[in-house]
Amino acid sequence: MSEPQLAPTIGLEVHMHLATRTKLFCPCAVEYDAPPNSRVCPVCLGMPGVLPVMNEKAVELAVRMALALNCEIPDLAKWDRKHYYYPDLPKNYQISEYDQPLGVGGWLDVDVAGRTVRVGIIRVHLEEDAGKLMHAEGGGNYSVVDLNRTGTPLLEIVSQPDIHSAEEARAYGEALRQLAVYLGISRGDMQLGQMRFEPNVSLRIGSDAAGRPRYTPISEIKNLNSFRSLERAVAFEIARHREEYEADPEGYTLEKLGKTTRGWRDDSGLSFLQRSKEEAHDYRYLPEPDLVPFMPDRKWVDELRASLPELPAQRIARYIAMGLSAEIAQALADENLIGQYFDDLTKAVARLSKTSGDWVSTRGNKVCHDWILQHVRRTLNEKKDDMGEFRSKMPAERLAELIQLVEEGKINRNTGVEVFNEMYAANKPASKIVEEKGLVQVADSGAIEAFVDQAIAANAKAVEDYRGGKKASFGRLMGEAMKASGGKANPQVVKEILLKKLGG
Amino acid sequence: MNLTDLTACQWRDALREGRTSSREATDACLAAIERLNPILRAFLSVDADGARRCADEVDRRRAAREPLGLLAGIPVAVKDNMCTADGQPTTCASRILGSWRAPYDAHVVERLRAEGAVIVGKTNLDEFAMGSSTENSAFGTTRNPWDTERVPGGSSGGSAAAVAARMVPFALGSDTGGSIRQPAALCGVVGLKPTYGRVSRYGLVAFASSLDQIGPFGRTVADAALLLQATAGHDPRDSTSVSEKDQPVPDYLAALDEPVLPLRIGVPREFFGAGLDPEVEAVVRAALAVYERLGARLVEVSLPHSTEFAIATYYIVATSEASSNLARYDGVHYGRRSSDHADMIDMYMRSRAQGFGDEVKRRIMLGTYALSAGYYDAYYKKALRVRRLIRRDFEEAFRRVDCIMGPTSPTAAFRIGERAADPLAMYLSDVYTVSANLAAIPGASLPCGFTRAGLPVGLQILSDVFTEDRLLRIARMYERETDWSGRAPPLAAGPTARRGGAA
Repeated sequence: MSEPQLAPTIGLEVHMHLATRTKLFCPCAVEYDAPPNSRVCPVCLGMPGVLPVMNEKAVELAVRMALALNCEIPDLAKWDRKHYYYPDLPKNYQISEYDQPLGVGGWLDVDVAGRTVRVGIIRVHLEEDAGKLMHAEGGGNYSVVDLNRTGTPLLEIVSQPDIHSAEEARAYGEALRQLAVYLGISRGDMQLGQMRFEPNVSLRIGSDAAGRPRYTPISEIKNLNSFRSLERAVAFEIARHREEYEADPEGYTLEKLGKTTRGWRDDSGLSFLQRSKEEAHDYRYLPEPDLVPFMPDRKWVDELRASLPELPAQRIARYIAMGLSAEIAQALADENLIGQYFDDLTKAVARLSKTSGDWVSTRGNKVCHDWILQHVRRTLNEKKDDMGEFRSKMPAERLAELIQLVEEGKINRNTGVEVFNEMYAANKPASKIVEEKGLVQVADSGAIEAFVDQAIAANAKAVEDYRGGKKASFGRLMGEAMKASGGKANPQVVKEILLKKLGG
Repeated sequence: MNLTDLTACQWRDALREGRTSSREATDACLAAIERLNPILRAFLSVDADGARRCADEVDRRRAAREPLGLLAGIPVAVKDNMCTADGQPTTCASRILGSWRAPYDAHVVERLRAEGAVIVGKTNLDEFAMGSSTENSAFGTTRNPWDTERVPGGSSGGSAAAVAARMVPFALGSDTGGSIRQPAALCGVVGLKPTYGRVSRYGLVAFASSLDQIGPFGRTVADAALLLQATAGHDPRDSTSVSEKDQPVPDYLAALDEPVLPLRIGVPREFFGAGLDPEVEAVVRAALAVYERLGARLVEVSLPHSTEFAIATYYIVATSEASSNLARYDGVHYGRRSSDHADMIDMYMRSRAQGFGDEVKRRIMLGTYALSAGYYDAYYKKALRVRRLIRRDFEEAFRRVDCIMGPTSPTAAFRIGERAADPLAMYLSDVYTVSANLAAIPGASLPCGFTRAGLPVGLQILSDVFTEDRLLRIARMYERETDWSGRAPPLAAGPTARRGGAA
């Protein structure tokens, strides 16, 4: 199959902040809302005489991500200094990895509107972020710099040019974010600038005489920090390349113009030239003499690989195979701990259940994800807790016990929700709360008959309306009977008795 | 006898026995500095008040029988490229640091304070430790105490001169290509560059990170050993400092007087070739004869890459790293900023043009060139390959011999200004010393006699990595047979003693 004429060919460089407590080379905290220049020390300020010390947690997270992206972990990775002068970089060099990164040659399968696109990963490496430079407001002749971000661990992931549309670029970015958040590698908070994208865009323009592919000049768009601007900037660049090429098919080629660097303005929706090939920086890379090369222990790498949880794509596929809808599967797999909790919960429910295996596999799964996607989610939002905290307060076994009480009819569904809230607040098992509050559901028909009689006697008007054909009054009487029981009556039994009493 | 004639070990004993106080020792050093520093310019800053406070505190602790450190109450000087957080300047003898004050103590400074040493001041150096004469200091040239018309060597010329002139009993220097050993030779004192990784570089303002190492100056081998003892050891803030599990710090003083016998001394023919001053050669050969008399065997060895290629390799590696390390001095965050600039780039250029001296600029340009795209492979990468060959030269030699000896410097102290206009001639001052830094091995310079003009000559002793203990014992064997360390430059003796001498 020949490639369509002017097919977009896109590679993506993605930067993400790692979820470490401290910076890459010093013990300063990584914090996003601290007052300017309050999370700094001589090391991240690049003072004379300081030396970097590698944050081992950052290396571990970087290797985990590389493994999750199916990369090889070479026996030796080294650190290099990349030199350029800018006031947000106090040493005037960035410690990065140049020619021997810690992860090489992987891939990520990305779902693009139901189609799977495999994007090759060229390399994964670790580097330090720079500070933030802010230019004086009102055109003042100075700038100020905040160095809190200086030295924040940054993972760079460079893809092969396997992306062919703006939509795919966005889907790839989103898939990387999901994977990183899922594995606890990055918080992936876009608002905080924890992810930045730099797409390299060009169009394939057929082949030369020797059969080698030819392209329009590569443009690298710097510093996109949302999925929306990534998608828009790539779409814009594709269209711009097409126009430029059609206007000058001989001149607008990679051989003639090389690679240029462009910026993106979100407000105008336009990209603009930053640097042409001639102005490219010479970074004068130098092996970092202050750090020892990273020579990972093979056993450690194998253990890290083995400890990787099931990845989102695999988990979604498994849930769909279990009979869950794609939408529910996606919702459960979105966060690793939620998926794990769902798996633990279904197992615990199955253990406790006295009913048949069929119930467990179909109704049981539904009951479990209903509880998670409704009540667990609601609680996380209300309490601003994360799933780790939730799990420690209400292990899956405890929620399974509650589900069992509801499913066996010991308490009704509404009572179940009350008990759930109480369990979370008081950190107690369901049975204890049910017992303490006397919430056991009344299913005894004799007792329920009395509640129904009470309701009928006290609501003669509603009874009359119902019998006169106003079926909506049934709900009113139901509610009254439930109320008479203190909410503990089995609603199914109440309904049956009430229907009988009202004469069908 | 003058109080400042005491060695550090003698001070330690006198203080322990209550024959003197730290305050007395400190005042004696401060008086010597006051008298001699206007002549020698060995110190860039002296913290008399801080030193006296520290001395009084040690005296109080001693009186109260509180625990005391290894160097309790002994005055010491620190080269001014090591950070001190006491409000005293850390200048690197450069204008570019302006009024910067270090907000933290270097690891070695922390160690000195923890061991109770009294830091009296910071010593002069070639700007950013780049030079072999201390003439590249932005704040005046240090003079050689043996002949004040001559250089003390460099870059740690201030520390060497301060110890030789008995302003302090011992001092710290740093050695990137010979910056401890060469001035030790030219000033007639003991200087030791430890194995790379033995002493933490945290807080040493970097010149060439893969070569820099801090080490001691003393008038005796024992004093150098004592100061090394206090500063060696692992520091988690320096990833290149060796763990004590792999390389425990030995007790350098315990067996110092035990000779190393049998002893095979390698004498590289490359260290006795063209360019070596015949007088220096004669003095060094006489020292080797002393070792032979003590029972050592001299073995001719060859270090084929270690003179001819060592200087070229050194000046690629050192300048490349320097161009990177010195990039941070740009006037933005600290230090000197030009006052008259048009824009940011102009501010960078003017601040650096005004702040750095010629030699520093020369090395930044060399290093920048060597690391440029298209040149990296031809220069830096090739230099790293030669560096491995130099290391292999030494590995092979140390299979056959216990140490290597030769001259520290091809000449004795030269006249101020003599080589200032000829950088290449200046670079050749380091011809015998740079290979130890490239090979990461320890090296010492030991006083071994004088030229007819009365200028000291140094014997260089090199040994295998992490064998400083044996290196010091080998040096001590010679020191016991001679009395060079007892000789003081005439100006050090002071007005009283000189009168006594004349009588």
